[in-house]
Amino acid sequence: MRKESLQAWLLLLPALVLLVAFTHWPAATTIIDSFYTTPKGSRPPRFVGIENYADLMTDPVFWTALRNNAIYAVWTIPASVILALVMALAVNTAMPGRALVRMAYFTPTMLPMIAVANIWLFFYTPDYGLFDHILSWFGGGRHNWLGDRATALPAMIAVAVWKEAGFFMIFYLAALQAMPPDLKECAALEGSSRWNFFRRVTIPLLMPTTLFVLVNAVINAFRLVDHVVVMTRGGPDNATTLLLYYIYEAGFRFWDQALAATLTVVLLGLLGLLAWLQFGVLGKRVHYR
Amino acid sequence: MKVSTRFLEIIGAWMLAIIWVLPLLYALWTAFHPGEFATRFSLTAPLTLENFRNAWAAAPFARYFLNTTILVTLILVAQFIVCTPAAFAFARMEFAGRNVVFAIMLMQLMIMPDVLLVGNYRSMAKLGLVDTILAIALPYLGSAFGIFLLRQTFLTVPQQLDDAARLEGCTLLGRLWRVYVPLARPTYIAYGLVSVSYHWNNFLWPLVITNSVNTRPLTVGLSIFASTDQGIDWSIITAATLMTSAPLLVAFLLFQRQFVQSFMRAGIR
Amino acid sequence: MIRRRTLLASTAATLAAPAIARAQGTKISFYYPIAVGGPIPAIVDGYCKEFQAKTGIEVAPVYAGNYGETLTKAVTAIKGGSGPAMAVLLAAEMHALQDLDILASLEDVGLDAEGKKWLEGFYPAFLANSRADGKLWSIPFQRSTAVMYYNKAAFAEAGLDPEKFPRTWAELQAAAIKLTKKDAAGKVTRWGVKMAADTGNAQWTFGALANQAGHVLMNEAGTETYFNHPKAIEALAYWRGLGTSGASPDGVSNWGQLSPDFLEGNAAIIQHTTGNLTNIRANAKFPFGIVGLPGKDGPRTVVGGGNIYFFKNANPAERKAALAFARFLAEPDRAADWSMKTGYIATQPAAYETKTLKDYIAGFPAADVARGYLPVAVGELSTFENQKVYAALTNNVQACLSGQKTPAQAMADTQAEADRILKSYKKA
Repeated sequence: MRKESLQAWLLLLPALVLLVAFTHWPAATTIIDSFYTTPKGSRPPRFVGIENYADLMTDPVFWTALRNNAIYAVWTIPASVILALVMALAVNTAMPGRALVRMAYFTPTMLPMIAVANIWLFFYTPDYGLFDHILSWFGGGRHNWLGDRATALPAMIAVAVWKEAGFFMIFYLAALQAMPPDLKECAALEGSSRWNFFRRVTIPLLMPTTLFVLVNAVINAFRLVDHVVVMTRGGPDNATTLLLYYIYEAGFRFWDQALAATLTVVLLGLLGLLAWLQFGVLGKRVHYR
Repeated sequence: MKVSTRFLEIIGAWMLAIIWVLPLLYALWTAFHPGEFATRFSLTAPLTLENFRNAWAAAPFARYFLNTTILVTLILVAQFIVCTPAAFAFARMEFAGRNVVFAIMLMQLMIMPDVLLVGNYRSMAKLGLVDTILAIALPYLGSAFGIFLLRQTFLTVPQQLDDAARLEGCTLLGRLWRVYVPLARPTYIAYGLVSVSYHWNNFLWPLVITNSVNTRPLTVGLSIFASTDQGIDWSIITAATLMTSAPLLVAFLLFQRQFVQSFMRAGIR
Repeated sequence: MIRRRTLLASTAATLAAPAIARAQGTKISFYYPIAVGGPIPAIVDGYCKEFQAKTGIEVAPVYAGNYGETLTKAVTAIKGGSGPAMAVLLAAEMHALQDLDILASLEDVGLDAEGKKWLEGFYPAFLANSRADGKLWSIPFQRSTAVMYYNKAAFAEAGLDPEKFPRTWAELQAAAIKLTKKDAAGKVTRWGVKMAADTGNAQWTFGALANQAGHVLMNEAGTETYFNHPKAIEALAYWRGLGTSGASPDGVSNWGQLSPDFLEGNAAIIQHTTGNLTNIRANAKFPFGIVGLPGKDGPRTVVGGGNIYFFKNANPAERKAALAFARFLAEPDRAADWSMKTGYIATQPAAYETKTLKDYIAGFPAADVARGYLPVAVGELSTFENQKVYAALTNNVQACLSGQKTPAQAMADTQAEADRILKSYKKA
């Protein structure tokens, strides 16, 4: 038993060292940093207790970023997950050009966000961009999609959903294809409608996949800010500033270590809370085999 | 009635597909036509490769390709080597503190290194690794996702196979290598696909940690290439975009059936 | 043979010779921001190779994106211990960089009395953002002023005189309204004027507007700002008015979008940098003009662009090498070459005395327009915590332009935010 314990630890060691060194350790130092001022030139960091957090509470940009991120998450997560399921159901049935359609859904996953953001930038261009072009056929007017506070964030959300849905589709597709075909035959014999079958059988059987996809969608809602960097840089007037983008700005544009650390701690707390909700509450209701 | 609903569904699926490839189609249009056709569509527009030539000449894309290739290979190989034994330990070995360590590890599923930019940057600076490809890779080598995935797969390997190998005198690593790894092949493929596409496309951390042409991956190179003081040139940017994404796209086109099947068998669902 | 000739031609290099002799085998890295899409990185590479051939010092140029990105990269790299010896960064970043304690002043780099005299050869406007604490902190390099490019064909079409560009705010607004063109469906197909208000550029546009109203936005020490001032509010109100009167599109226009808009015929006038001249000249399919900005009462503009900074982390040999390279770049022939290839203003009058630049200007007078406005140009907005102040200003300008805040409210909020940011720098 002792020998097996030792062996197990040896097997674990490389992974554990890497994990701790580049996840847990920086998380810990970040928490510590959040109680100190930013060192500047000759001024060393000074312990200030929770002052950084108090400052954060009065920082309007923080609240804007938090609200933006909440809106961003509330839209991108369900939209991309539901679309992914719809796509998977579509390409799981026989239809003309199925392979092409599946490929079309999946391509955004293969394109770097940073690259496609440039293409979307053109689509959103006022006057002669694609969207304004199409709108003009229907007599629509000009819209400054990314330059208007009201539409900038929805524009970002659309890009994110477009980028992610196809990726999640693959997981649903794999799950659907693994479903025993006799289930469907049974249901057909019993004369159950398609909708009923979908609701009573397909959805529950897909629950583990949904949980997995959901975890990824939540993570991406807080992780994926590449398109913000390229398309808006958080503007106009912070309408598209997300938490991680604000962390990036604080850390590498303002070199405000205290602000960056405090923001990071808040984001870590938020992610922790969401993890607890998903695994603790939702996870218990998911039926694993 | 039933036929027409089905028909509408197919039309819907196709419409969605068209919307989804539209950016790619636009990129293809713009990249292969002269600049003045970037914003208007005309069937008589002449085809050209000039944009690709200009883009290729304007930035060291060959070097960026090399960097990205080194990066994703390094990460993939290291992740397999690091995560496999750890996953095995969690799946099939009894040891003190297993549940605690497992829980600690799982934390990384939610708290990804991407969020810890500032802390990790400082670590890399202390290690003297700033502006190296290794530094881009390091935070991702110990992957909780990879360990979790492989553990789930290893758990489904029949215990009898393991026992049989043990009776034949196989060592621990021998069993892992001969019994578990081959049976987990679909998982490795599926995980490999996720890992490669993730790191091929990763941006923020590489942006922060790299400073020079010799380390910049494609994504960072492309973003620097595209942000200009003189204004956007759609034709050249789309040409560069296509160049940078082409390898991954082509690989997927060639192997898409295998990919989906490996996802299916890997039981990521 | 050729080598000897260039060596003789360049007095600066000859004077710096002892330092160079010691610096043999030195390698320094050099971060710079400029546009690609053109051949500019190739130009800089060429200068570096030429310099190496002459002095044996290897300069590794690193193209690092636009100004904001290059600043981020350079400072982050220095903090990470692998920074460059020198970089071209916004001239306006001086206070903030100095505050980070990473700069080496020109005195530290080894600029002697002779070198100081050499510095006097630059246009004074370009040294406006170089002095603090009685020391010099940067050398002008890729400098520009804000200018307007206008589409002469559009002017003629709108019944305006293409040779007579507006000189005052009122004239510009009236002209821009005339230039705005709608199709049968009432959709605008051409805007009168576009100015950038996106992150990284709003403060430059606004700095020009403030000067046009006769207002300076900060004190020389960079510790105080004066946004909440009737003239600053007036400047912002004018900008907003361009949008509400239909002269400009509503909301925020992006810098990167202005040149394509202009070349596409979607904007009749754009406010941009002189550094874009070569690009516009190469790609415009219509006759265009380049002029200084109008002002409230008459032309006023703001300088912009980058200076060369030197960093503390470089050792003495590297610093000497960096200074030698900076002086090499400023030699009249090279400055003239740089100006012709990019459109940036050569930083010393001496460059305009060279035959090549004289000939070039004779054939392309537009290339010399911006220089004529140097006497009515002010320095860029430059404070401590520069990027934070920029962010505060940018956010409020954007809020005003998209109708969320009145100009007075936006300026009051900017001032409050700037006061908070600069709190600890104010001397009691």
